[in-house]
Amino acid sequence: MREIYLDNAATTKVLPKAADVAAEAMRESYGNPSSLHHKGFEAEQYIKEARRNIALSLKVPEETIIFTSGGTESNNMALLCGAEARKRQGNHIITTRIEHASVYQPVLRLEELGYRVTFLPVDENGRVRPETLSEALTDDTILVSIMAVNNEIGAAEPITELAKIVHERNPQALFHTDAIQGYGKLPIFPKRAGIDLMSVSGHKLHAPKGTGFLYVREKLTLKPLIYGGGQQKDRRSGTENVPGIAGLGVAVKEWFDHADEYRNHLYAMKERFVRAMEDVPGAIVNGVPQGNEPLTERIAMTAPHIASVSFTGVRSEVLLHALEEKGIYVSSGSACSSNHPAISGTLKAIGVRDDLLDSTLRFSFSFETAEEEIDIAAAALRELVPVLGRYRRG
Amino acid sequence: MYQAFLIKYAEIGLKGNNRSYFEDCLVKQIRYSLRAVGDSYQVRKEPGRIFVECPEGYDYDDTVEAISKVFGVAEYCPVEICKSTEWDDILAACRSYVERNVADRNTTFKVFCKRGDKNYPKESPEICADIGEYLLQCFPELKVDVVNPKLRFTVEVRGRVYIYTDSFPGPGGMPVGCNGKAMLLLSGGIDSPVAGYMISKRGVYIDATYFHAPPYTSERALQKVIDLARIISRYTGPIHLNIVNFTEIQMFIYDRCPHDELTILMRRYMMRIAERIAKEHDCLALVTGESIGQVASQTMHSLVTTNAVCELPVYRPLIAFDKEDIVAISKKIGTYETSILPYEDCCTIYVAKHPVTKPITKAMEKSERLLADQIDEMTERALSTRQVIRIMPE
Repeated sequence: MREIYLDNAATTKVLPKAADVAAEAMRESYGNPSSLHHKGFEAEQYIKEARRNIALSLKVPEETIIFTSGGTESNNMALLCGAEARKRQGNHIITTRIEHASVYQPVLRLEELGYRVTFLPVDENGRVRPETLSEALTDDTILVSIMAVNNEIGAAEPITELAKIVHERNPQALFHTDAIQGYGKLPIFPKRAGIDLMSVSGHKLHAPKGTGFLYVREKLTLKPLIYGGGQQKDRRSGTENVPGIAGLGVAVKEWFDHADEYRNHLYAMKERFVRAMEDVPGAIVNGVPQGNEPLTERIAMTAPHIASVSFTGVRSEVLLHALEEKGIYVSSGSACSSNHPAISGTLKAIGVRDDLLDSTLRFSFSFETAEEEIDIAAAALRELVPVLGRYRRG
Repeated sequence: MYQAFLIKYAEIGLKGNNRSYFEDCLVKQIRYSLRAVGDSYQVRKEPGRIFVECPEGYDYDDTVEAISKVFGVAEYCPVEICKSTEWDDILAACRSYVERNVADRNTTFKVFCKRGDKNYPKESPEICADIGEYLLQCFPELKVDVVNPKLRFTVEVRGRVYIYTDSFPGPGGMPVGCNGKAMLLLSGGIDSPVAGYMISKRGVYIDATYFHAPPYTSERALQKVIDLARIISRYTGPIHLNIVNFTEIQMFIYDRCPHDELTILMRRYMMRIAERIAKEHDCLALVTGESIGQVASQTMHSLVTTNAVCELPVYRPLIAFDKEDIVAISKKIGTYETSILPYEDCCTIYVAKHPVTKPITKAMEKSERLLADQIDEMTERALSTRQVIRIMPE
């Protein structure tokens, strides 16, 4: 059976070139990059190379990149250390109702520590309206965290515009963006966009798991989240994950050598998929604006690789497993089951009907996804949705 | 260091002429359980006792863990063995026992003696008195208390002489294998693993049947059942787990029969299939985790209708247990944490909002006639396509 992997927002297949360089770093250049001898030097070169590739991809200086264990650590560091860096200036933090748990949970921690937090609502397509942000900003605001791309529905936030509003109103405030789903998928240049802190995860971009980085703009000094031997200029201690970072560097280079081409391809796949949903009874696409403009234009306002669809009357977990039987791998829009309700915050925030919360799947594409795979997946949905819709509770 | 364990059994000691059969079963089970810990344990019968002699450098905690899971063990005592039955050697051994194993000697004690060797020159009261006096000389801080001693200093004189002070409760019951085999209907819930444990505790070998319904139940739900079987196999010994695909039958019932009867009808077919497998495995009974009134399918009326399809007796060890009591056992035997993992089992997939609670067997039979044209064929298919996994304790 052909394997059709449409869960690239969960994680991606590691590029063979990235896996090769990681293996090489493990088997040959196994030194500790802090060691003074040649083995250490050799290992350090992989890190330098990766940092250079990343800096080029963002058009930022190399020193602004701190390698972390992945997106979660980057978000934790940005929020916890970002708030601490500005604690003398104020006490107010702004974020949105649709952030990933790795932003939401640190924010809750900050709330426990005494910070006041505003959770911004979003519109029916998952976008923060600039005026909502303007209204929420106060003299006391020190940190604003808004994701670049929502992981559940693929909404793309107008972060350049939002960052500008923040800095104009309150020059001291830090603007953080969780770009874990956005990096590489949309053109983001933090310096130009006025982003102070930006989190990225490697494994969403065909690099190994356990890799990622935090961009910290020049002249901004954060205290570390992790203390120890003082690696990475005291900013993030712990022996660097050399194989992972080497793989990340190669994956980033590969992606950005083809970024435009990949983006166009992803948009084409998403559009093909969204169009095909018209023939699936009861299917409702989330996060793509309605309107008279052509679908292509409306899709261009969203992230290129994520499509969220609710299937009326079908339980997402059942449909997910039924697709799996056909070799098609997707995610449920919200990780929930009858015993453990954890209904998605994003779907609720964009006003998805209660009966659809548990009927929503996320399809996410990669640069390798083929038209034919979209067609097979769409055909499978046309076949399964009416059948599974017959069997329900109650 | 204790060189051996003395094992006391309760119930099988009351047997008559076939007592040695039960003792042999217990010896076999103890050997089996210890095999995972190491291979040089000597397990042998002595009148009224079983002795486990441990190899040099054995792991005390692992050994206790293994012994304490063997059904039929009423109590176990870590013992030291005297190097001879010479009186002076016995006294020396008593002294060194206290030196090694009694840290707090500012306590009360009484000497007990079991004189299995009726030809031993001293009689029990004399042995007790002499050892007591000797210990008082050696350890002046000890005090005698014949009513409520804190330290029960016990000397057993048999072919050899054993000394112990501590006795720990075992699980009780009867050794597995002395009472034939039963088929457990195992789900991923809290109750059925406990039911299997309890029946097994009466000396019964257990095999199990699980009904899964892909895509309505997931791979993880199946893995959870395998994990549960593995946990109870630490007590019951190896289990043949039969995995039956029930989707087709479930759908068929859904399509043809009144929805408020679904669960009962499903249960009836599960019982039929489990009984067929039970007979193939030479099982003498079915075992379920049902408890009166716990859910709609476990009312007195429902139990009558599901029971009606079975020829074999159906044992329901939890029938009069409250949920909290069942939970307490599942925590004790270590299945609880796995049982509460949130994966669907096929009984909860599409329960009606108001299932029948007082079904009548005749009415169920009438509904089942709606299935007559295909159900036998589907049942055969479910049986012939089932997977059997042999689950071994880890």
